[in-house]
Amino acid sequence: MSSVTIRHVHKRYEDFHAVKGVSLEIKDKEFVVLVGPSGCGKTTTLRMVAGLETISEGDIMIGNKIVNQLPPMDRDIAMVFQNYALYPHMTVYDNMAFGLKMRKFDKAEIAKRVNNAADILDIKDHLGRKPRMLSGGQRQRVALGRAIVRNPQVFLFDEPLSNLDAKLRVQMRVEIKKLHQRLATTSIYVTHDQVEAMTLGDRVVVMKDGLIQQVGEPLELYNRPANKYVAGFIGSPAMNFADTMIEEAGGAVYATNPTMKIRVPEQIAARMGPHKGKPATLGIRPEDLRMANGTDPEDLSFEAVVEVAEQLGSEIILDLKAGGSAMVASVEPTVRVKPQQKIRLAINPAGLRFFDATTEAAI
Amino acid sequence: MIEGSAWRRWVFFRLPMGIFLIFLLFPFYWMIITTFRPDGELYIPWYRATYKPFWTWNPTTAHLKYLFGETTFAIWMWNTTFIAVVSTAISLFCGVLAGYALSRLNFKGAALLGTTIFVTYLVPQTLLFIPLSEIIRTYSLGDTPWSLILSYPTFLIPFCTWLMMGYFKSVPKELEECARIDGAARWQAMLYIVIPVAVPGILSAMIFAFTLSWNEFIYALVFLSSPEQKTVPVGVISELVRGDVFFWGPLMAGALFGSIPVAIAYSFFVEHYVSGVTGSVKG
Amino acid sequence: MATAAIPVPEGTIIVGKPKWRPLEGEGNLAMLLLLPTVALLMMFIAYPFVRGILLAVTNSKVGQMGEFVGFENFARLLKDPIFHAVVYNTFLYTFVTTIFKLILGLWLALLLNRDFKFKAFTRAFILLPFIVPTVLACFAWKWMFDPTFSVLNWMLFKLGIVAAGAGVNWLGDGDMAMLSIMIVNIWRGVPFFAISLMAGLQTISPDLGEAAAIDGAKPWQRFWYITWPLLMPVTMVVMLFSVIQTFSDFQIVYVMTGGGPANATHLFATYAYQLGVGTGLLSQGAAVSLAMFPLLFGIVIFQLMYIRRVETR
Repeated sequence: MSSVTIRHVHKRYEDFHAVKGVSLEIKDKEFVVLVGPSGCGKTTTLRMVAGLETISEGDIMIGNKIVNQLPPMDRDIAMVFQNYALYPHMTVYDNMAFGLKMRKFDKAEIAKRVNNAADILDIKDHLGRKPRMLSGGQRQRVALGRAIVRNPQVFLFDEPLSNLDAKLRVQMRVEIKKLHQRLATTSIYVTHDQVEAMTLGDRVVVMKDGLIQQVGEPLELYNRPANKYVAGFIGSPAMNFADTMIEEAGGAVYATNPTMKIRVPEQIAARMGPHKGKPATLGIRPEDLRMANGTDPEDLSFEAVVEVAEQLGSEIILDLKAGGSAMVASVEPTVRVKPQQKIRLAINPAGLRFFDATTEAAI
Repeated sequence: MIEGSAWRRWVFFRLPMGIFLIFLLFPFYWMIITTFRPDGELYIPWYRATYKPFWTWNPTTAHLKYLFGETTFAIWMWNTTFIAVVSTAISLFCGVLAGYALSRLNFKGAALLGTTIFVTYLVPQTLLFIPLSEIIRTYSLGDTPWSLILSYPTFLIPFCTWLMMGYFKSVPKELEECARIDGAARWQAMLYIVIPVAVPGILSAMIFAFTLSWNEFIYALVFLSSPEQKTVPVGVISELVRGDVFFWGPLMAGALFGSIPVAIAYSFFVEHYVSGVTGSVKG
Repeated sequence: MATAAIPVPEGTIIVGKPKWRPLEGEGNLAMLLLLPTVALLMMFIAYPFVRGILLAVTNSKVGQMGEFVGFENFARLLKDPIFHAVVYNTFLYTFVTTIFKLILGLWLALLLNRDFKFKAFTRAFILLPFIVPTVLACFAWKWMFDPTFSVLNWMLFKLGIVAAGAGVNWLGDGDMAMLSIMIVNIWRGVPFFAISLMAGLQTISPDLGEAAAIDGAKPWQRFWYITWPLLMPVTMVVMLFSVIQTFSDFQIVYVMTGGGPANATHLFATYAYQLGVGTGLLSQGAAVSLAMFPLLFGIVIFQLMYIRRVETR
């Protein structure tokens, strides 16, 4: 096991700059998730760590060794693919033993390791079968087993759960988490699903357009997004945004637009100096909105029209229109509203975020 | 099932299908019946009342006896088999490796080479048989099986390469990448993972190449001269036709027995053969 | 923020020196894998091609290398009435048989594409004309076309189409012989068309036809507006292969007529064979063979361009 260091790495294709200077340090035993929309460079970055893509510029180190020039076979890593990539002509046992055979382990050692991994993953009964006879979840376990028998320095995961149905995905997510707790192998996990990223990662790396947007622990990303993109990407339903102007009135700072006039909390207002008189984007998460009860101050609430109410049992998701912008609020399940009803929503001031209108960086 | 009333089924399906089947298969029936019909029944002019074409009550093995006893037909069969097997093996070996390289590896000139091989795939044998016969003579390969074993791959390799390229493209790239991460070198990933997965494609190429080389005619006609070196198609035409005299009984027996090996090989691998036909078209 | 300097991990940095693995380079491996193929094709296609051109511009005969004569052989061909007939015959033969193979093959493919009993069995048998050695099958046809013992004439006689003693002279008359070899070529080619086109038909989702049927399209309209356009790419490739095969055909003519009667059925390949091998005029034979090349090349380029246009549409 060892650390992985990615330093100023670029990937250029003939007509496309896929990764534009990514730097990231992954500590030994850490589970790091790369998350972002498709085309953001996360998979390319992972494949460069694996050695499946050449590095156009920069260094990748595994431990204290620069591996840029090493073919995948010499990097001592294991990778789990989205489509499992199980060898269809081999039994489950042979699939798991292949990497060990290639590295010339003796038969007894191979048997010991494969059986051990099969035990951990509960696929002992299927060792003699061919992959096509297995269900999706079982295939995923075999793919995991194939990775763990080798006891590599680093595990790489390339969207391993996206071919599974929703229920299995949750189950396998827990399984991967458990496996990491047990084996503590340094892991890099690529996904486009922010829920997977939040639940699995010790740290999460949000990427977009070949650049890292923010690196941090899951709660850090949720609570202190570095920019509007991260704020919108992390959390479900996504954060609401409204275009506002920052104005000072009577010693307080307000974010205003035709339908709302929201007072900016003190500690943020202190940083608002250079933004006064300029546009800024206000952000508020659906869970930081609730139905106003009459005692809420004017400047921490706003009016909105209900468009759709989705009853989820534990909460109600309201799709709203507030002036020009669409808003989503998550309210208590006891609330009763009708479509087109005009309601007033109160804001939890601790949940207010502001972003520069041009750079989109958090204020 | 086929929709519609009984007469529609007859007019639009059974009748045309029946005519197609008779048109396509009657020559084979004619081959078989002639093989077992005595000469006395064969040579009756068609306008005589005694002309009974579709059946014989006096089956004979005389033609077979003549074919296997008086001619070197058995040797031709052996020659054809030997040449077909060896040239198929050479072509598969080359075609699988080349197909892998062209479909799976990135290298300078890959596209150009792929196109070139496709073009050679389209070059008919009849374009080159004259200069090739000269070359065969300069290499002193004339009248030996090696003249065919070495020249058949010229049309078999492009075919095998083309078919295998299509097949390799359908094997997921991740299998190979996973093997390489698992510790396999590129060539090991090819040998242990990609080629075994492509076995159905290889079988298609094999059966197709075998029938193509079994059926090849013009090179065999031009390169071989002594009776004991000949392949079945050439042997039959040169030894069972004397000037204008055709020995129809033994000829048909030879045609029948010369077709049986390919028919058997084909019947074992019909599905592979059909996917070979369609694969050769799709590429 | 992403470009903040990353500290180097503790310990000395080692630059991973790859072991000497020449075959991990894609170019090297490709080179090695392609070596046998390229060598064989160079030796037995490229070299003969060059040698063929050399032969065609000399006056070589069997056993003696001739002198350079430039385009004399080709000039002679342009004046050779048999060669004129050869060009005409080849185009006619290719054109007529391809049309029929396409129509009949498509019809058979549509029949085979239905569900019926013994479908796999029927399909297997239908390919027989395509897989058995052409020369041997041609003998069966030649026997069926025999002037005195023709079973086909007997059938026509029984159907009352021909009178006794006045049967069709299948291979003896020039035009009739051309028709006869065309029939054999169609017989051999229809299975290939049918099976390939059937494979093409199977890739067309039945939903499309059903959707069209719901929209009120009659069966022939469904065929014309849905099936036929979608089948076009496969059709074009099948035609390409068939045209090349037919244009350069040798076996059928060689067995059935030998180019006769009176050169009425000579094609490029059989005429080249007669000149080069039969008469020993190597250079003239090579010139006839090579004359096929630009024509074939033109047809192939035309078809490939058409295929590309159809596919990128």
